[in-house]
Amino acid sequence: MKNAEHESSHVETTGHVWDGDLQEYDNPIPGWWLWTFYATVIFAIVYWVIYPTWPVGSSYTKGMFNDITFHNDKGEAVTTHWNMRALFLKDQQEGKQALKRQEYLEKIGNSSFAEIISDPEKLAFARSMSKVLFADNCAACHGSGAAGVIGLFPNLIDDDWLWGGKIENIHQTLLHGRQGFMPSFTNSFDPEQLDALAEYVLSLSGISGGDSHKVAEGEQIFKGETGGCYYCHGKDGKGLLSQGSANLTDSIWTMANVPGSDDYSAKLEAVKQVILNGISRKMPAWSDRLSDEQIKMLTVYVHQMGGGR
Amino acid sequence: MLKHENIETNVGLLIILSLLAMGVGGLVEIVPLFYINDTIEKVDGVRPYTPLELRGRDIYQREGCYLCHSQMVRPFRDEDLRYGHYSLAAESQYDHPFQWGSKRTGPDLARVGGKYSNEWHVQHLKAPRSVVPESIMPNYPWLLENDLKYSDVAARMATLKKVGVPYSLTKLEYDRNVEKFGEEQAAWLDINRAEENLLTEAKEGNFDGVPGRLTEMDALVAYLQVLGTMVDFSKYDEGYFVEFR
Repeated sequence: MKNAEHESSHVETTGHVWDGDLQEYDNPIPGWWLWTFYATVIFAIVYWVIYPTWPVGSSYTKGMFNDITFHNDKGEAVTTHWNMRALFLKDQQEGKQALKRQEYLEKIGNSSFAEIISDPEKLAFARSMSKVLFADNCAACHGSGAAGVIGLFPNLIDDDWLWGGKIENIHQTLLHGRQGFMPSFTNSFDPEQLDALAEYVLSLSGISGGDSHKVAEGEQIFKGETGGCYYCHGKDGKGLLSQGSANLTDSIWTMANVPGSDDYSAKLEAVKQVILNGISRKMPAWSDRLSDEQIKMLTVYVHQMGGGR
Repeated sequence: MLKHENIETNVGLLIILSLLAMGVGGLVEIVPLFYINDTIEKVDGVRPYTPLELRGRDIYQREGCYLCHSQMVRPFRDEDLRYGHYSLAAESQYDHPFQWGSKRTGPDLARVGGKYSNEWHVQHLKAPRSVVPESIMPNYPWLLENDLKYSDVAARMATLKKVGVPYSLTKLEYDRNVEKFGEEQAAWLDINRAEENLLTEAKEGNFDGVPGRLTEMDALVAYLQVLGTMVDFSKYDEGYFVEFR
């Protein structure tokens, strides 16, 4: 039955016979497939002519009819064969979005911080650009919501600033980075002294539960030469801007996880660990990586989160 | 002899001819790069890795970082905004093998050097979610626990030297490096001083934040902190890099 059907279709076989009776018909390739194939061949040839393709000696064919003209840093027009780098440069210089962005960046560059903050249009631009910049560059440490991580990286949305929360302070921090440092006091105190000092530090933020004698003893250590804590934190424990030292009296904790500790002894332990281990942390400088305008916009953005004092 | 039927029914011949056909494709794409004059940009600053950075790079490969992180910023507007200047061929000229990668599950790392502090890298490698809650990167706590093995670092450098990385063994090679990279850099590239150099850099840098201990974290962070920092792009006209395409 099958055989009879095939015989009537008049299609040639390939001539092979396997296993005595298995044959393969030699059907022609469908026309649509064949013509698509020819089209890709023609496309390839056109592509070879227009774009850089074939290696020739120590160079290669450069393509024609689609040269790109861009401007070098001196402002001279340079025309070159098609390539991604030239295309990218041209887009940076003449692209619709690049020009639009450039127009605003110039406005930012020519404005003072006060002018940016008071002009809704500039502020809106600065904030939308900064949102992306912050996510790309700052969020890794300070978190996508800028709340930081206690014990690691500072919170930027509270009103407590180690290196100052005024717009000029934030600007300096971003430009040049900061090196935060507190020495480790591993060998400085015996356990009683350490306890006393930690109890005093907690008492500065009004956390009670300590022994009043111990708190008094801790105060002696803090303000005396035994501890010398006042060098950096000040006699009043409010910290010094020039040192980037923490204000210990405002109930805001950046290193010791006091808020997250349940009872008094856990809070005490958290403070003790910081005294014992010390702190060394670095805010990188951004002036090499980001443009002046970008840093300016980020300054405004961060200042608006919780800056002020 | 080369009738279709003969090829199809002769497995050995089929294999040889297939290899030939594939070989031509590969050769035409790859070989020209060896002799086209302007593949690698002529820029100052790119140097081979120091012994410590080199060990860091080995760990980068051992842990398979390249499976999720590329090291190749392409000349596109969005990549420029996010990562910085597009990567140059010159910047990976001493990488064997290069770490361009092919998939970004995590961000590109070609310009990560100097972007974050050492402390951040240590914390983030140890427990990524402690600093970036939304991260899906695995924890690598053993980097901070494992002592760095460095007894074979000179042999590793000598191997790379064989494939063209200009580490120096002889006085002549050292002098050539002084001329090419300056005295300070040339000293780091001296194979005879490899171990001493590695220990000095680790001690001075203290990349892992644990003084007195040399861990795998020291090496990896040292490597990450140098990525993409060797070329000072402010020294070059943007049009200059186009000349190499």
